[in-house]
Amino acid sequence: MLGRLTFEAFLHEPSQNFAVLMMTLSGLAILGWITYLRKWKYLWDEWFTSVDPKRIGIMYIVVALLMFMKGFADALMMRLQQAFASGDVSGILSAGHFQEVFSAHGTTMIFFVGMGVVFGLMNLIVPLQIGARDVAFPFLNTVGFWLFAGAANLTVISLAIGHFSTAGWLAYAPLSGLEYNPGEGVDYWIWMVQIAGVGSTLSGINFLVTILKMRCPGMTFMKMPIFVWSALCSMVLVVFAFPILTATLVMLTMDRYLGMHFFTAGGGGNPMLYINLIWAWGHPEVYILILPAFGIFSEVVPTFSEKRLFGYTSMVWALILIAFLSFIVWLHHFFTMGASPLVNAFFAVMTMLIAIPTGVKIFNWLFTKFRGRVHFTSPMLWFFAFVLNFSVGGMTGILLSSPPVDFQVHNSLFLIAHFHGMVIGGLLFGFFAGFTYWFPKFTGFFLDEQLNRYAFWCWLTGFLLAFMPLYMLGFMGATRRLDHYEAATGWQPLFVIVAIGAVLILIGALIQFFGLFWSIRNRKKLWAGSDPWNGRTLEWAIPSPPPIYNFAIVPTVDQLDPLWAMKRGQLNLFNQPYEDIHLPKNTPIGLMIGFLSMTFGFAMTWHIYWLALLSFLAIIACIVIRCSGKDEHAIIPAAEVKKMEAAYKS
Amino acid sequence: MHDEMSLKEIQKEWHGSYRAYAIGFIGSLLFTLLSFFLVLSQTLIGAPLVYTLSGLSLTQAILQFVFFLHVGQEPKPKWETVLFAFMILVLLIIVLGTLWIMHDLNDRVMVGM
Amino acid sequence: MSDSLTIHHTREPFPDTSVPDPHQDIFSKTTLGFWMYLMTDCLVFATLFVTYAVLRHNTFGGPDSRTLLELPTAFIETLILLTSSLTSGLGLLAAKRSHRTALLGWFALTFVLGASFVAIEMHEFTQFVHAGHSWTRSAFLSSFFTLVGTHGAHVTSGLIWMCIMMGQVFFHGITVANFRRLVLFNMFWHFLDVVWIFIFTYVYLIGVL
Repeated sequence: MLGRLTFEAFLHEPSQNFAVLMMTLSGLAILGWITYLRKWKYLWDEWFTSVDPKRIGIMYIVVALLMFMKGFADALMMRLQQAFASGDVSGILSAGHFQEVFSAHGTTMIFFVGMGVVFGLMNLIVPLQIGARDVAFPFLNTVGFWLFAGAANLTVISLAIGHFSTAGWLAYAPLSGLEYNPGEGVDYWIWMVQIAGVGSTLSGINFLVTILKMRCPGMTFMKMPIFVWSALCSMVLVVFAFPILTATLVMLTMDRYLGMHFFTAGGGGNPMLYINLIWAWGHPEVYILILPAFGIFSEVVPTFSEKRLFGYTSMVWALILIAFLSFIVWLHHFFTMGASPLVNAFFAVMTMLIAIPTGVKIFNWLFTKFRGRVHFTSPMLWFFAFVLNFSVGGMTGILLSSPPVDFQVHNSLFLIAHFHGMVIGGLLFGFFAGFTYWFPKFTGFFLDEQLNRYAFWCWLTGFLLAFMPLYMLGFMGATRRLDHYEAATGWQPLFVIVAIGAVLILIGALIQFFGLFWSIRNRKKLWAGSDPWNGRTLEWAIPSPPPIYNFAIVPTVDQLDPLWAMKRGQLNLFNQPYEDIHLPKNTPIGLMIGFLSMTFGFAMTWHIYWLALLSFLAIIACIVIRCSGKDEHAIIPAAEVKKMEAAYKS
Repeated sequence: MHDEMSLKEIQKEWHGSYRAYAIGFIGSLLFTLLSFFLVLSQTLIGAPLVYTLSGLSLTQAILQFVFFLHVGQEPKPKWETVLFAFMILVLLIIVLGTLWIMHDLNDRVMVGM
Repeated sequence: MSDSLTIHHTREPFPDTSVPDPHQDIFSKTTLGFWMYLMTDCLVFATLFVTYAVLRHNTFGGPDSRTLLELPTAFIETLILLTSSLTSGLGLLAAKRSHRTALLGWFALTFVLGASFVAIEMHEFTQFVHAGHSWTRSAFLSSFFTLVGTHGAHVTSGLIWMCIMMGQVFFHGITVANFRRLVLFNMFWHFLDVVWIFIFTYVYLIGVL
């Protein structure tokens, strides 16, 4: 009746019980608070059933931030464990629990924080910057989001019911196979990644069509903002790399559910095939995450230098080159796993090549600031931290791209320090810069700048303390995913420093969290208006927060940085008459599909096959119902639009 | 919502024609028959046969992409064609890359295993 | 034609600006989006194909493709699927001319052909399993069943999609939305035939050599 789900699945070790309790209590607190404020109808009507990318974008970021809390809690647990677990001390976590923690940490951060932040920003910024009123497929947009949210929910459920995977964030075979991991952990992982992956693919298609087909008149490719270029390249990577993940996960699923032998140790299976395929997806994935961060800096740096971006064309070509090269480097993730020198050398060279366009971008940002009037706002501070940390991480990447070096430090803490430099120093710092930069656009008020700065310094020092020693530890022989080490290694002092760094980051994150609520409280004093930064791009030409239709009149552009052109009197952006505006109606079907997918994933994990079948059929039914109905649109007549615009201006 | 393009207009957008389907169908039929014939009659064997079959399948696929799926016939800008070309590029990278890597790994596995 | 999401060609031309894309209507956007999805499906199949290529000799003491596969089955399946591709196209041509009865007739035929294809494939699979050559026997068999089976699952999904659409055409006639979806279905169905070309060539024809 309930597959292999038993009461035992709800019993955990004390530390995990504590985590579940905290999570349940905070979840109930939030639900209670919403009920107390009587906001459920509002949330349902205005947010959960919304097809407005501005709403969907904010929801993506909210989920990503919630998932960040979970992933960061995992990180703190690991840091605490490793600070203590030397010699005779076994630390607070058992070995099994530690394995679940690092697997959950990676999975959560990459799939739910990273992708969530990327798609959140795509939704918020891309339609505005191309002068469009919506994305190409509004319904698909809400489906993509709710699949993402449903999968994220599965991670939360996996904490409370049963155990999560212990096979790392990529679930290498044959450890992830039936023979070595028959339990529910790897299955949880498979379904949450697969469901999130389908959502990502659908959203990738959506944004790619949007950018290709919905740019406003005059916005040819070489007049698009660089953030849109970075979105374009990132979405191309999504569309062309995620299918590899989909197919590979299907094959792992076949191995686990139907006893097949794709990646098993016996039966003719080939575990290296899994590693090859998963990284053929995995490398483009990390570029999917970083390219939008580059795009954000290309928006932030010129604005706060009062100077246009240096080398626009080379920036575009750098993005395209990086995107293409990201498809032909994947073997550098497994240099040590048996390939011949020739194969290793080819991929080594390809990997080293990526440094070139990346370097071009960094120099272009720096040249943008040269002889500009630089404002040291917190987004700019995040940019400086990015240049420092991403460059250091990038240089260690060049070290790693050499197979002889990699043979020494592969899977050591040196590697961990490298990629955290890229993901935190690159993606996360970029996101923080973008979040601060665009926050006034979507809310109408600033984030408190002083609190931003305190948070920044905590993050920067915390990051340096938490990750620079890891390079040293890697050289000293410390491998990744260690829950315990011998006292004779002498590593403990460094692990303690690293833990202190993590706590500093925690303080920084808490300041940011507090700062958000503080700014909301003081929003009247922090009022920003439609164009608080003297912006260059189209999103600053409309009120803050934007009207539901974005642009009352679709803009016409004829050059880069159209808003600066307009302010100089060179361009009349809105030279058309008001017209009726058609907006797609809200729908609950996206949410239903997401919820049913989550149920499906849960049912498949626990082998509750009748429930899985039911959920699957219900999803089909939702799609059929949606496609049978008429295209529902609401119409705002031109006269009404004119009145709304007048109200915004006053 | 009123239609933004009428039925007649989209019917004109779709590029199918009797001529295209005739060419596509008969051509595919001929290539299929030829492929099966070559294998069953053993007119060719070994590597030449494999290469010929590959060539035939590729040509038939292109035939169907052009005459059934109208690749290249969309109005400018020809995004479908661009995406198709890029997909082929990624496909070749993944397929040839995987074959190369797995073959290389296999070479380095001990004899008898 | 006054939709906010469409570019107005009636506007006066701007100096040195070109409308990036004159076709921003739902039909063009949807066909492009669906084409993108088909491109992702191509890559899914490519991954399954390359897996088959890597694992096809890993028979683990079980049967290999030469002993197992039979060409007559593949030949009949190929002809059936190819013909169904044609009948689907003829159905679209009827839709293009708004001939509802002809449309339903051609798609009924397409359905019968598609269902026959699935039936024959199911029969082939069942025979293999009953003879003890199931997907748990070896990596070769796993990759065979998954590659060919995934294609069959796509065809089955297409059959279900066809039924639903025929229902919609039957009850609502040929509308803008229906025509658009028929075009998408037709693309999907043709795409499945292209994938099959590579299956019958690389799995069956080359497999029996």
